[in-house]
Amino acid sequence: MAAHLSPPPDPQFVLRGTQSPVHALHFCRGAQAQGCPLLFSGSQDGLVHIWSLQTRRAVAALDGHGGQCVTWLQTLPQGHQLLSQGRDLKLCLWDLAEGRNTVVDSVRLESVGFCKSAILAGGQPRWTLAVPGKASDEVQILEMPSKTSVCTLKPEADAKPGMPMCLGLWQADSSPRPLLLAGYEDGSVALWDISERKMCSHVSCHEEPVMGLDFDPEKARGVSGSAGKALAVWSLDGRQALQVHGTHELTNAGVAEVAIRPDRRVLATAGWDHRVRVFHWRTMRPLAVLASHSAAVQCVAFAATGGLLAAGSKDQRISVWSLYPP
Amino acid sequence: MDPARSEVRLAVQEAVHTLSSSEDGGHIFSTLGTLKRYLGDTESPAHPKEKEEFATVHFSAVLRCLAGVLSPSWLELLPDGRLEELWASFFLEGPADQAFLVLMESIEGTAGPSFRLMRMAQLLASFLRTGRMAALMEAQCRQQAPPGFPLLRETLLGRVVGLPDRLGNRLQRENLAEFLPQNYFPLLGKEAVRVLQAVVDSLRGGLDCSVSFVSQVLGKVCVHGRQQEMLGVLVPGLTALTEGSCLWQRVCWRLVEQVPDRAAEAVLTGLVEAAPGPEVLSRLLGNLVVKNKKAQFVMTRKLLFLQYRLTTPALQSLLGYLAMDSQRRPLLVQVLKELLDTWGSSSAVRHTPLPQQRYVSKAALICLALLGDAELRDSRDELLASMMAGVQCRLDSSLPTVRRLGMVVAELVSARLHPEGPPLRFQCEEDELSLEMRALATPRPAGDGVLEAGSPSLAAAPAETPAETPAEAPAEAVDSGVPQARLEGSDSELDSDDEFVPYDMSGDTELKSGKAPLYVRDCVEALTTSEDGERWEAALRALEGLICKSPEATREVSVELAKVLLHLEERTCVAGFEGLRQRALVAVTVTDPARVAEYLTSQFYALNYSLRQRMDILDVLTLAAQELSRPGRLSRAPQHGRPSPGTCGSLPLAASQPGSTAAPDWRVAVEERIRSKTRRFSKGMPQLGPVGGPNAFNSVAGYFFFPLIQRFDRPLVTFDLLGDDQLVLGRLTHTLGAMMYLAVNTTVAVPMGKALLEFVWALRFHGDTYVRRGLLSAVSSVLLSVPARRLLEDLPDELLEARSWLADVAEKDPDEDCRVLAVKALLLLERLKDKLLPPSP
Repeated sequence: MAAHLSPPPDPQFVLRGTQSPVHALHFCRGAQAQGCPLLFSGSQDGLVHIWSLQTRRAVAALDGHGGQCVTWLQTLPQGHQLLSQGRDLKLCLWDLAEGRNTVVDSVRLESVGFCKSAILAGGQPRWTLAVPGKASDEVQILEMPSKTSVCTLKPEADAKPGMPMCLGLWQADSSPRPLLLAGYEDGSVALWDISERKMCSHVSCHEEPVMGLDFDPEKARGVSGSAGKALAVWSLDGRQALQVHGTHELTNAGVAEVAIRPDRRVLATAGWDHRVRVFHWRTMRPLAVLASHSAAVQCVAFAATGGLLAAGSKDQRISVWSLYPP
Repeated sequence: MDPARSEVRLAVQEAVHTLSSSEDGGHIFSTLGTLKRYLGDTESPAHPKEKEEFATVHFSAVLRCLAGVLSPSWLELLPDGRLEELWASFFLEGPADQAFLVLMESIEGTAGPSFRLMRMAQLLASFLRTGRMAALMEAQCRQQAPPGFPLLRETLLGRVVGLPDRLGNRLQRENLAEFLPQNYFPLLGKEAVRVLQAVVDSLRGGLDCSVSFVSQVLGKVCVHGRQQEMLGVLVPGLTALTEGSCLWQRVCWRLVEQVPDRAAEAVLTGLVEAAPGPEVLSRLLGNLVVKNKKAQFVMTRKLLFLQYRLTTPALQSLLGYLAMDSQRRPLLVQVLKELLDTWGSSSAVRHTPLPQQRYVSKAALICLALLGDAELRDSRDELLASMMAGVQCRLDSSLPTVRRLGMVVAELVSARLHPEGPPLRFQCEEDELSLEMRALATPRPAGDGVLEAGSPSLAAAPAETPAETPAEAPAEAVDSGVPQARLEGSDSELDSDDEFVPYDMSGDTELKSGKAPLYVRDCVEALTTSEDGERWEAALRALEGLICKSPEATREVSVELAKVLLHLEERTCVAGFEGLRQRALVAVTVTDPARVAEYLTSQFYALNYSLRQRMDILDVLTLAAQELSRPGRLSRAPQHGRPSPGTCGSLPLAASQPGSTAAPDWRVAVEERIRSKTRRFSKGMPQLGPVGGPNAFNSVAGYFFFPLIQRFDRPLVTFDLLGDDQLVLGRLTHTLGAMMYLAVNTTVAVPMGKALLEFVWALRFHGDTYVRRGLLSAVSSVLLSVPARRLLEDLPDELLEARSWLADVAEKDPDEDCRVLAVKALLLLERLKDKLLPPSP
């Protein structure tokens, strides 16, 4: 162990100009990012900003949610397409190719909750979308781009886990069956088998509602953060049963989002205590506490390559960090 | 008539005649040769009786004649300088005292820079070089009967000691290096050692000798203030020689005993300072201090109580000397009693300067370390009583250094006197003073030699703590909190991740801002009624920022808020509570100066406040006045709209000393002056200077100042400024001075200055140093703040009175700071005079 610890690092740069609290961040993934890395941010006043990480300026602002908060952003692997979810109960699909920025499609949402959506998209034109459903405890699965409803996942009547708070879709390489992880209001995490429409496993990890989760398919291990003081690490065994591996106590309560870096070495959490915490994913050893924001951090995101970390906060700033480059 | 005597007389007369009239070199040479016979050492020496006759009666006359004939042409009567050699040999080989006197006489009698003067001076230099001074002193020592001419001896003594002065006067710039005091007196010391060596030798040979002339020389040199030069050589020599030789020690004792009384102090002080330790001092002085009243007075009273010039090692050797012999030990006990008596006397605490108090404390502690338990037990109660009295009056003092000294000494003394009882402990951390005192108070081991006595070994050096220990602990604690063991093992391909070095996470503390109120009114409510400690603390922390952010809302509740803050007590342990409360109070006062200042000043003289609260009031008023009078405050005011708690928080804390309050303003003034005097050839962008604005303190200075100054002489039941509460009075004087200074350029400065000078006049003879310092700085503030013309027109009498008082203080005050402040004020007065008088054409 090092005899002397270096002081916490400073952000590489800070993006200002959203003029509204930042609620969602997403790095542009895939081929279209080559040579021109972009960062999308969604803010409370309904705008989606596109930032160039080269010039560190906003390239464009997309206004498609009528002034309502943007809660989730995601790009599709094929083509220049961006998904944005807003509190105006709309999920917009944007076409960004060749400088266009128009809404090409939109999905009407039924839920007024805070739950962020999730997608499962390979190279094929058809992809799967999970959104919170009409009833408060439902999750709806849609097949895109046709928008046909595949199924609705509803917990058993006596389970009462409350509203879904966060979703994660994934498909194991070996199996054709897509799986859904959902964190619920009562602090539990459930694994759904979509094709069978049944809950495979259900484990209670937190005292407070689960606010964010992320999953590492390779290790079959995931992490979730809640409104409480703990991070929970759980894993999936061969029989698709969830098991809590351990919890990690934080200094201050409230995690808005957790994100595992694409190379699965580092984990970051967005804290309501204004701080971003960085952990070593395999050992869950705390590595850094980044305190540059002056209000709650609402979202964190990792770039696909290069190891950049972005954090968006209620103080209207986005800090970009370069820690432990791969 | 004795045939020998007449023969000698004839020869001398003839020689003198030849010398003064003859121009024949050969003749002169042979004549001098005949005379030389009488000095001995030639192949045909004269009869001893003749020699004695020549030496006692005629030698001086011959020398005078020889000195008289000296001239360049006379010396060249014979080639090769043979004549000069012979001429000089008379001075260097004859009886040294007469030769020396004649040399001095002729040097002093010769006018101006001349060949003869230089020759004589060079001759005197070689006289010194060839060790004739030792011969001179030795001859004085050997004279058995007291010499017939005490006057002659006195003259000799005067010349020997005064040689550097006389030669310096005579030769002016031509002076030779040998005659400079820094060379001459060490030489004299060396010669004295040689003389003593000769004395010891002749005593060993059974001859009687007296060292009184050497003693007199030593005494006179020391009285002339040349102890260091002479004793610096003499003492090391004697230290080596007296070691293991009783005879030498006795000679030394005799030497010191014979020193005349009027020189005893100078000699003893010099010896104590030069001696490398108590053992050496004891060898040199013997039991002098018991035998000689004068020496006893010097050693046990003058050096300890009337002066405070000795260094700590010298003090240790003095007291160690007293402790080394059973005859002297009673003196040491006596000294300790008197030292503690002085230490405990309240009048001494008030009237002696701090360095002297420290000196007495050190001496007492050294005594305690030297005395044994049995000796202390007899007078323990008496000593403890004195110590307690001293602690009492030191703790009452308003000067922190005096209080600190009292605590440190009390701890050490009580630990020594009462080793078995419960230790007396004050809450004060170690510093240089306490470490030094502690080192003095620990008894030295018996074998502690001379070498170590020179440097009081400080108490154990701070232990080397490796820097990583504190840093390592949290990191390990963090590590163990992770369910690491169970997660490992499944995948080993990522072992390289261990190179991820964690950053410092010590800043990851609990966030407390969650409960902070958002409005000033909520803060007031939270501070008064909230039972929730966290909310209370959050309110206190948020308060200053809120006040700065919303001055309007603050004004509505300003007095109420000030009242709450003034009475606020620390309920839970809040880090920086005092600072938070003070800053909040200052912010309130700045926001609504008139009403809050009125409230605070009225409370200053109200019943039922603690001294702490009253001093808080004064501090807050000073800081608020400083903030109000800060130039450029108004132009920066709009910034308060943004949540920037730093704007108000940047005030220096508790700046009740006007010096420290004024410092930043002074720096600005100095920089401004430098800029105006510096000529630049080119300038970059013209920098925007600070925008001028009215002094915001102007309109409210009266609310701050006059209520405070009006009622100081009306004692309350619980608060008596002129009595016991002089600490607050000192703080009040400083506060008033600071306000006066801050009221510069205001219209109210003139009446303020008048009132302040009256206040100073009423208190000018106050016994407390802190109060006097405040008064002096107040006078300086008046001189700085009131315009010069108004001073002269409105306050001429006050100025005159102040001036005579300042002159008095500058000369006589026991406290050094007071004297310095008085001198500064006097300088300001002088400057005032220069400003008013028209510059001379």
